[in-house]
Amino acid sequence: MAAPPRPESVALLEKLVAALSAKGILTEEEIAARQAITDRASPETGARMVAKAWTDPEYRALLLSNGTAAAEAMGVTMAGAPPLGVLEDTPTRHHLVVCTLCSCYPRAVLGYPPHWYKSAAYRARAVRDPRGVLAEWGTHLPDNVEIRVVDSTADYRWMVLPMRPAGTEGWSEERLASIVTRDCLVGVALPKVA
Amino acid sequence: MTAAIAPGTRVRVKADWPEERGPCHIRTPHYVRGRTGTVERVLGAFPNPEDLAFGRPAPRRMLYQVLFDQQPLWNEGNPRDTVLIEIYEHWLEPVSEGRH
Repeated sequence: MAAPPRPESVALLEKLVAALSAKGILTEEEIAARQAITDRASPETGARMVAKAWTDPEYRALLLSNGTAAAEAMGVTMAGAPPLGVLEDTPTRHHLVVCTLCSCYPRAVLGYPPHWYKSAAYRARAVRDPRGVLAEWGTHLPDNVEIRVVDSTADYRWMVLPMRPAGTEGWSEERLASIVTRDCLVGVALPKVA
Repeated sequence: MTAAIAPGTRVRVKADWPEERGPCHIRTPHYVRGRTGTVERVLGAFPNPEDLAFGRPAPRRMLYQVLFDQQPLWNEGNPRDTVLIEIYEHWLEPVSEGRH
């Protein structure tokens, strides 16, 4: 039985890597190291940053003024990553992150983007009908709350700092982090106390 | 480096369509070209992605976050809602008072 055909993209990638290695631009080891950093990243990192910001005013100030430094303070490798900006939700303003041009996403602190974030439907609709999109996640905001859609079009990557929900008084950082989901960090959902 | 445009300044995004003139790489979404907004933040200088994409020398350009009212962009939506977008300085032009 013949082996299944390999996608053209695999052959192309191998040729590109071979060419870069031959020119001394990039080694297999550097690629593996970068893959390891990318694979390690997950929304748990962003959730820990939010939980810390909810309990530590000094860290909150750092997070909002310099997201990159705040990520590094949590042990995240930000070298080579685009700068991170953090958007603060308030009782009168909610942020929703999208990249209408492609799929820019704060991978260093959220890991790989979900499929829907990269879909043409989300990218087109989030910027035009944010309330309709949020409703599909079960997120309903009063009319007097401004929805600020953040179109991640260039060199920054954006993460949302949601509001700490009522009923979490006295919680540990770990417990707080457990209610901050990936969707909360993109802004399609709100942290919920079960 | 050109002096930064101060936050709070009204700016218009150029109504330019380089994609009609040939191959290009643009980070300015079509839906804000020709539209007026307000500079929210100065994000710093970055190599111009329009050159980087073609492997050309890429001079650094100032990058801003510009805030637009959502409703005028689409003629629909909630009047409170806004869109915040990263736009490079060479896409922004001054708005004289009274013209918006």
